[in-house]
Amino acid sequence: MDSKDTNKWDLYIKPKSGWFNIEIGEIFRYKDLILLFVKRDFVTFYKQTILGPLWYIIQPLFNTLVFTFIFGKVAKIPTDGLPPFLFYLSGTVVWSYFSHCLNETSNTFTTNAEVFGKVYFPRIAVPISVALTAVFQFLIQFAIFLGFLSYFWYKGSNINPTIYIITLPLIVLHMAILSIGFGMMISALTAKYRDLAFAMSFMIQLWMYLTPIVYPLSQVPEKYRLFILINPMTAVVESFRGAFLGVNSITPQELLFSIFLSILFFISGIVIFSRVERTFMDTV
Amino acid sequence: MSTTVIKIENLHKEYRLGVIGHGTLYRDLQSWCATAMGKEDPNSLIGHTGKGKVRDRILALNDINLEIENGEVLGIIGANGAGKSTLLKILSRVTAPTKGSIKAKGRIASLLEVGTGFHTELTGRENIYLNGAINGMNRKEVSRKLDEIVDFAGVEQFIDTPVKRYSSGMHVRLGFAVAAHLDPDILVVDEVLAVGDASFRKKAVNKMKDVSKGEGRTVLFVSHNMESIKNLCTRAVLLKEGKVINNGPTEEVIERYLTSVSDDVNKYAGERTWNMDNAPGNDVVRLMAIRTKNEKGEVCSEFDVTEPVLIEFGYRVLKEGHQIASIIEVSFANSNQVAIRAVDDYSRGPWGKQPAVKTGFYNSTCKIPGNLLGEGHIIINLRIFSPPFAANLSEQVKALNIISFTTTDSMATNGSRGSYPYPLGEALRPKLDWQTTRG
Repeated sequence: MDSKDTNKWDLYIKPKSGWFNIEIGEIFRYKDLILLFVKRDFVTFYKQTILGPLWYIIQPLFNTLVFTFIFGKVAKIPTDGLPPFLFYLSGTVVWSYFSHCLNETSNTFTTNAEVFGKVYFPRIAVPISVALTAVFQFLIQFAIFLGFLSYFWYKGSNINPTIYIITLPLIVLHMAILSIGFGMMISALTAKYRDLAFAMSFMIQLWMYLTPIVYPLSQVPEKYRLFILINPMTAVVESFRGAFLGVNSITPQELLFSIFLSILFFISGIVIFSRVERTFMDTV
Repeated sequence: MSTTVIKIENLHKEYRLGVIGHGTLYRDLQSWCATAMGKEDPNSLIGHTGKGKVRDRILALNDINLEIENGEVLGIIGANGAGKSTLLKILSRVTAPTKGSIKAKGRIASLLEVGTGFHTELTGRENIYLNGAINGMNRKEVSRKLDEIVDFAGVEQFIDTPVKRYSSGMHVRLGFAVAAHLDPDILVVDEVLAVGDASFRKKAVNKMKDVSKGEGRTVLFVSHNMESIKNLCTRAVLLKEGKVINNGPTEEVIERYLTSVSDDVNKYAGERTWNMDNAPGNDVVRLMAIRTKNEKGEVCSEFDVTEPVLIEFGYRVLKEGHQIASIIEVSFANSNQVAIRAVDDYSRGPWGKQPAVKTGFYNSTCKIPGNLLGEGHIIINLRIFSPPFAANLSEQVKALNIISFTTTDSMATNGSRGSYPYPLGEALRPKLDWQTTRG
C-alpha cells in the first residue's frame, strides 16, 4: 500500500486516547436508532404495565398530596403565597423528569451490557433517548399541572403566569443536559461498582431535599443560600415556578451560573462516559 | 481489481487477569486496605502471596498483521482461546485494542450474535426496524428491505405478533435475516450459522455466498465448523495463542489446523497416566490413567481395522455419594465431528437407581469391536458424569482429545471390504448384512 492511500480509510480503530472521543456527526447518523429506542421504551412501558401511562399521572399527584399534607398542613412551610397544592405539584413535575433521567442514565452500562457486548453504535444514543423518552412523561405531567393551574387561576388564586412561559423548552433542555451529564458520570462508576446503583436512589432522594421542591428558595436562610444555589436544579425549579406561577427569588446571575454549571457537568459526563465505553466490555 | 479494505497492523489486546475490580466498591476498598497494610488480598482469586502488585496479564492478541482485500471471504480458525472472538470484537468496535490499529474502508456490520437487541414485547416488524437501526441502518434502508427480510425469515404471518410469541427458531431466523440484509461493505460473522434447522442453515450459507460473490462484499467468518469454512471461504487464517500462525488457501490452513490438533494428541498415543496434582477431573472423580490395548492385553497404538480396540481407563473416586457413568467419544482426526458416542453399560438396573459409588480406585474398559472403524487417525474423548443427571450437567471429568491411536487397513478379507481391493478411506465400516437377489 502506498502512503497516499491511507487518506481514504473510512474507519480507524486504535487504542483509546484523547479526552473527547464523541463524534457529533455519528450521533446524527444514528438518529433513527435514538428515535427507535424512544419508541421501544415508550411502547414497552405501555405494554408491560396494567395502568400504562396512567402511572405518569398517579405518581406526581400522589406525591403532591403527601407533600401538601406533610409539609403544608403539618409542618406549615410557607409557599411564597401560592396555593400549596400547586406549589408542590410544580416542584414534583419538574423533579420527576430530572430524577427519572438521572436514574435511567446512571444504569446505562449495566442494563445494556448485553447489547453493548455484541454490536457497536454510539453508546451516547442511550442517554439521549432516555432524555427524549422522559419528555413524553413530562408533557403528560405538565398537562396535569396546566389543568390545575387554570383551575386555581379560574378560582382567583394569587398566581401570575409570566411571558417567560415561552422558555419552557429551555428549562427542559437545561434539566436534560444536567441529568444526563451527571447520569453519564455515575454510569461510568456503576459500570465498575454495581453497588453504587443502590446508593443512587438514596442520593436522588437526598438531592431532592437540597432542591427547593418542598420549600421555596425565599425561605432558605441567607447563610445556606449559596449552598442551595450550587445545586443547578435549584435554578431550574425556581425559573419554572417564576414563569408559570409568577413567584421566584432567583437572580439572572444565579440562573446563568447554574446553566454554566450544568453545561460543565454535561461535558465532563460525556468525557468520562466516552472513556469508559471503549473498554467497558473488558470489565464485565 | 482488488484493493485492500481492511488493514490490521501490529494489533495487540491485553486482558488483565485476576484483579480487575471486584464489582463492588466495598470489596475494592477491602482489597486496597489489605494490600496497603501488607496483608494478603482477601479477594484475590488466585493464591497470590506477593505484594498484591502482581497482575497477571494475558495477550489475547499478540501482534496481528493482516490485509484483507475487497470481495474476499476470510475464514478465521483456531482452538478455543486463540483470539478469534477478540479479533472480531475489536473489528466490530465492541472493545478497543491495547496497541496497534485497524483501518477499514466502508461500513462494517458485525453479527456476533443474531437477534441482538430484540425486545420481546415488540412485534416482528418493530424489531426489524430496531435491530436494523442498532446495526447502523436508517429507517429508509430498512423499509426498502423489509419485504425481503420478512420473506427470507419466513415469518410473514407473524410479522405483527410480539416476538415473545415466536419460537426460538423464528427468533433466530428473523435475527439472521436482518443481519444478512444489512448491506455492509464488510460483514463480520461469528458462528451464527450453527443455529436453526438444516434447511435454514443451508439458506444462510447460500446467502453468505451471495453476499460475497454476487455483491462483491468482504466477509470475515469465524467458525469451528470446518465444513462451512471450506464451503464459504476463499482464504483462511489460523490463530494460535493470539498469533497468526498460518495464512493461505482455505484447504491448506484447515489441514494444518487439524494436524496441529492431532499433533497434540499424538504425543499421548498408547498410554497416559497422571498423579493427583495434574489428574483431569474435580474433587469427586479424578482420571488417573488411560490406555489403548489390543486383544492380547498389550498397550498398543496401532490397530488393524479388523481388530478390536480396548480403551482402558482408571479413575479415583474421592467423594462418596455419587453415581458414576462414563461416555466415550470417538472421532477421526481429520473431521471434527464425533463419529461414535457410547455410554458405558448401564443396563445393570433402571436409570438413576444405581447405588452411589464408594471411594477408591476403579478401572473401566470399553471395547470398540473390530470391523467398525475405518483406517485413520482416531481421537478419544472421555467424560465421566453422575446419573441420574444428563452428562453435560453433571460432568466430573471432561477429558477431550485425551488419547489417540491409528487404524490401518491390511486389506484383510474378513472385514467389511470383503475382497474389494481398493482404498475405502476413513469412515465407519461395520460389517453389514447384504442380500442381492435377481428379480
